[in-house]
Amino acid sequence: MNAAPMSPHPELDDGSRVAVMGGGPAGSFFSFFLLQMAHRTGLRIDVDIYEPRDFFATGPKGCNMCGGIISESLVQSLAAEGINLPASVVQRGIDSYLLHMDVGSVRIETPLQEMRIAAVHRGAGPRGTKANSDSRGFDGYLLELALAGGARLIRKRVDGVSRDDGRPRVKAQDGHEETYDLLAVTTGVNTPALKLFEGPLPAFKPPQSTKTYICELYMGRETIQRTLGTSMHVFLLNIPRLEFAALIPKGDFVTMCLLGKDIDKGLVESFFSSPEVRQCLPAGWDFPADFCHCSPKLNIRGAVNPFADRIVFIGDCGVTRLFKDGIGAAYRTAKAAAVTAVFEGIGAENFRRHFWPACQYLSTDNQIGRIVFAVTSQIQARRFLRRGVWRMVTAEQLKAGSLRRMSMVLWDTFTGSAPYRSVFLRTLHPLFWGRLLWEILAGLAGLGSPRQRGIAS
Amino acid sequence: MNAGALGKLLQDGEVIVRQGEVGNCMFVIQQGQVEVLLKKGDADVCVAVLGEGDFFGEMALFDQEVRSATVRARGEVRILTLEKRTFLRRIHEDPSLAFRMLEKMSRRVRKLNETLNTALGRRGALR
Repeated sequence: MNAAPMSPHPELDDGSRVAVMGGGPAGSFFSFFLLQMAHRTGLRIDVDIYEPRDFFATGPKGCNMCGGIISESLVQSLAAEGINLPASVVQRGIDSYLLHMDVGSVRIETPLQEMRIAAVHRGAGPRGTKANSDSRGFDGYLLELALAGGARLIRKRVDGVSRDDGRPRVKAQDGHEETYDLLAVTTGVNTPALKLFEGPLPAFKPPQSTKTYICELYMGRETIQRTLGTSMHVFLLNIPRLEFAALIPKGDFVTMCLLGKDIDKGLVESFFSSPEVRQCLPAGWDFPADFCHCSPKLNIRGAVNPFADRIVFIGDCGVTRLFKDGIGAAYRTAKAAAVTAVFEGIGAENFRRHFWPACQYLSTDNQIGRIVFAVTSQIQARRFLRRGVWRMVTAEQLKAGSLRRMSMVLWDTFTGSAPYRSVFLRTLHPLFWGRLLWEILAGLAGLGSPRQRGIAS
Repeated sequence: MNAGALGKLLQDGEVIVRQGEVGNCMFVIQQGQVEVLLKKGDADVCVAVLGEGDFFGEMALFDQEVRSATVRARGEVRILTLEKRTFLRRIHEDPSLAFRMLEKMSRRVRKLNETLNTALGRRGALR
């Protein structure tokens, strides 16, 4: 890349051209909102989305490797934006989650008892999805929205990025090169594309990541409805190296997500054979011989300087939320970048002043999230704490929403529906600690469980 | 059962919001239709029918007043609730989230003006 750009205050003008590297949620959200805001302000711009993958293909070819949960807060925000997720995209509406521990299981329902969380497939469905299935993937749906808004899809991978008189120049895999006024990088962390920027943008440092394990297990719609129902199943189990595990029911498949250190076949088998997991599955059910599985990277520490003159990094390849609601973070940062580009400018200083605060908000929140997950790990490792939490949540189920302190803390922690700072602040309430301490002591003293005392059914 | 449906399902005739009541949420129609009713004496007069993608109940979020109309399911309808506190916090974080709502509300005011002009024109013609 060459040195400084031509204008010290570059802006989008009529006829400006924008390249978007990656057609996942961050790229589609950015393109959609950029074009929508440009249209509202009477600005005519062209947006090219470079995406070689086909999100309408089943199996790994069209999949963006993720648990596929659209959080409660994102479902609401999208509805307010006019993006109402159709039933063909939502594989299953989730209205509750079941927390499973060795001391017992407890169901926690959404505050308004509505289907407010969407379980989706990122591609058109895992390997083995029925050919006549009328379901669609979330990424393909969003990409269609961006294309309907006026974006152009270029089915090519970007192999090189340089500068042409200060403007980003994109080289596609077939050697074709184009110069743009703005480049939005939305590649995620599971492609080698970020290496293209390591030399040319020395101030940019890619995100740090860890590996997770995801697999898609076919069980059939009826069986899933009968066993897992419309709940997300979350497990706090004392299995070494396992930090978090969830079973997410979808149409004909169940997505199993494991988070931990060095997840290997042994850890997956330990989890799968634990009685807490077995009780959720149909009797006698076993792993199929062939199933879709992957070990994608997960951004756990955001990129440094995810912007430069006329270049901005959005979503997972920039800054995202820790462990949860990555799609929600893509939506927020994509919107912040689009608002900056249309209303403020496309120089590094514009992004620093107007886009970076949205990223910093997430980064700061992630610091608090680390504390929340450290506490969760302690609970996971100690049976008397697990029993105390279970007793408290069980007792809360007959109380009004605002009095379900532990339930709401767990709900927001596991679903990503609220910022971690909000979760943390709620745990500082004296009544929260008082009640938890009481339930821990009652558990240690062997007092009857809340259910036995008739507090909750 | 439609596994992929979001929100909650209401049956024909079920009242979602009632005129005069205090409200702390708005609603987005996911599927089906609702009718907006205004009280005129003892009768309820249907002033609008809203469909998929439309929202209602937003006025109570902004003006702290009671619900201005009754909204009732017209056939089977599925609606998604947006809570006042969550929604206003999101608008505070991202004011552009209110653009679409302003567009819709602006269209409603424009339509109301047209209706009013027509009604006044009729009255003038009768004099």
